[in-house]
Amino acid sequence: MIRTLNRRLPGVWATAERRQSALYWLIMLLPLPLAIYTIGLGRYAIPTEDVVRALVDYVTAGENTSTQPDLAYNIVTRIRLPRIAAALVIGANLAVTGTAFQGIFRNPLVDSNILGVTSGAGFGAALALLLLRSSFEVQLFAFVFGLVAVMLSYFTSRLYHTAPLLVLTLVGILVGSFFSSLTSLLKYVADPLDTLPAITYWLMGGLTDVTRGDIPALAIISLGGMAFLWGVRWRLNVLSMGDNEALALGLNPTRLKLMIIVCSTLMTAMAVSVGGVIGWVGLVIPHAARTLVGPDHQRLIPSTMALGAVFLLLIDTMSRTLLPAEVPLGVFTGVVGVPLLLVILRVNKTGWR
Amino acid sequence: MAINPLLRADSITYAYMPGQPVLHDVSLAVPPNSAVYLLGHNGCGKTTLLEILSGIRQPQGGTVQIGGVDISRYPANKRAQRLGLVPQIHMPVFAYTVREVVVMGRTPHLSFLGTPGRHDYEIVDAAIEQVGLAALRDRSYTEISGGERQLTLIARGLAQQTDVLLLDEPTAHLDPANQHRVLETVSALTEQNVAFVISSHNPNSALLYADQVVVMKAGRIVADGPPDRVLTEEVLSASYDMPIEVIYSGRTARAILPRRTNGNGVHVAPLESFDEAAIPPAPDREGRAAS
Repeated sequence: MIRTLNRRLPGVWATAERRQSALYWLIMLLPLPLAIYTIGLGRYAIPTEDVVRALVDYVTAGENTSTQPDLAYNIVTRIRLPRIAAALVIGANLAVTGTAFQGIFRNPLVDSNILGVTSGAGFGAALALLLLRSSFEVQLFAFVFGLVAVMLSYFTSRLYHTAPLLVLTLVGILVGSFFSSLTSLLKYVADPLDTLPAITYWLMGGLTDVTRGDIPALAIISLGGMAFLWGVRWRLNVLSMGDNEALALGLNPTRLKLMIIVCSTLMTAMAVSVGGVIGWVGLVIPHAARTLVGPDHQRLIPSTMALGAVFLLLIDTMSRTLLPAEVPLGVFTGVVGVPLLLVILRVNKTGWR
Repeated sequence: MAINPLLRADSITYAYMPGQPVLHDVSLAVPPNSAVYLLGHNGCGKTTLLEILSGIRQPQGGTVQIGGVDISRYPANKRAQRLGLVPQIHMPVFAYTVREVVVMGRTPHLSFLGTPGRHDYEIVDAAIEQVGLAALRDRSYTEISGGERQLTLIARGLAQQTDVLLLDEPTAHLDPANQHRVLETVSALTEQNVAFVISSHNPNSALLYADQVVVMKAGRIVADGPPDRVLTEEVLSASYDMPIEVIYSGRTARAILPRRTNGNGVHVAPLESFDEAAIPPAPDREGRAAS
């Protein structure tokens, strides 16, 4: 079908290179209009022009200049804007760290959780929910334990001298399982009437509780990390060819990979501490983007950011509008992401062998 | 040697495990515009030596100099501007196009956050042209043949614009026609100010294409010199630890073959030296003997 389509579509669609270039620009232009449109959606529907007016007022004046109802202004700026900003940033964040990890691990089946960051963060959050119960501490514990898990993986793997990449992957999986087991232990001892549901719900991910106060830290770490990964996008191509080739081409692969791991881990820990455990984005989106724009990280890195942002925005919009009660985000990403990945793997000819 | 060597290694020693050196006191010199072939049995240290010559592995003793400068004094990207290593072909995980693979050769010339620009792509396209892959430029590297992949990696080495390219068994996994194509291309490139060091398991390649042959055995260099002096039965038989036969046409060596055994492990007598005059002329297409 795709081949017939290619033959019939002239011009921009004629060669793989032009098609990928056209799709790249399309993907890059997608997030902003979609975000503005979805702000209007919800139990209280707001026309897009009112959304735009509210946003313009918010940015220029910082208050409602009364060209739209106060209620609309408040819903847009206080409730939906933080949530949608978080969806965009977390989606982009998880997708791009997944891409970076697939590149440096030279493995299309890993995402940024391969070193245990999400499992560690999950444990941290469960621990805070069990002992302290304040939302700031939940975030802090999630963030810190995410970093602890990755450090544990990284330094443990250095004790072994053979096949560093394989050992790192293996140790990462082990550390992840270890923290998952600890989380199960916490759930087992948690009060089944209030703490256990809180932990379970947190582990399924969601942006329901996101407030404006969550945005600055999330944005600073995520955007900083994305800027760094965008900066080294060319070097990710070279790293994906293996350490010896990267060395022969004048890179220092060990140092560069460590920088990328540190950066991605900070980003993922931040995303998880705000949005809970949201799986599949980091695995599905890199594949989808590779199918659309090709494997070159120069295009792949920006387009996974855009596509990840769009994906999580759509999932979050569905989770808050489709059913009377909200469906946890992590559940929805799996329900939508897994079939999507199956389709991509069927269609994909050029992304990876 | 009259010409100053471009690349020289002095007394290189290297051990992966303490007490078990794989290279003992290895010294060699590569003159400009030449193809140096490195022969030797499996595990004799060829790949390790190439990695040390390219600077991606640090020797425990000895030095490698390019143009008179010790390469350990260069930062990684400056070193990679002078020395390139062309690895054995392999499948990358991601299906980059030929052009995307070749442009990676420009990495040592880019700044830390830099990406290749128009000038780099001009060099890349010229390199692709030089190895004769222009038609495959936008094809996926994973879809082309082994010989084409090897040529792609050589083109990447050319795009790197180094003084010396080190090729690690560029003809392994290739059929005879592709071996010929790759080595012929390399030979032609020695006239363009690139020197090559090529490791090979096929002494016949060295016979055909080498300017200088280095033979290794168990981590030591056992012979080094022009092909007609090094590719002899004595040197090769000693290096590979089995009887090897060199077949001459007149005074020119034409083929190198292991000597066959009679099935009981006893080596059969050497073939008589190849005498072209003694061979009956081949019949032409109709089957008549040529007059």
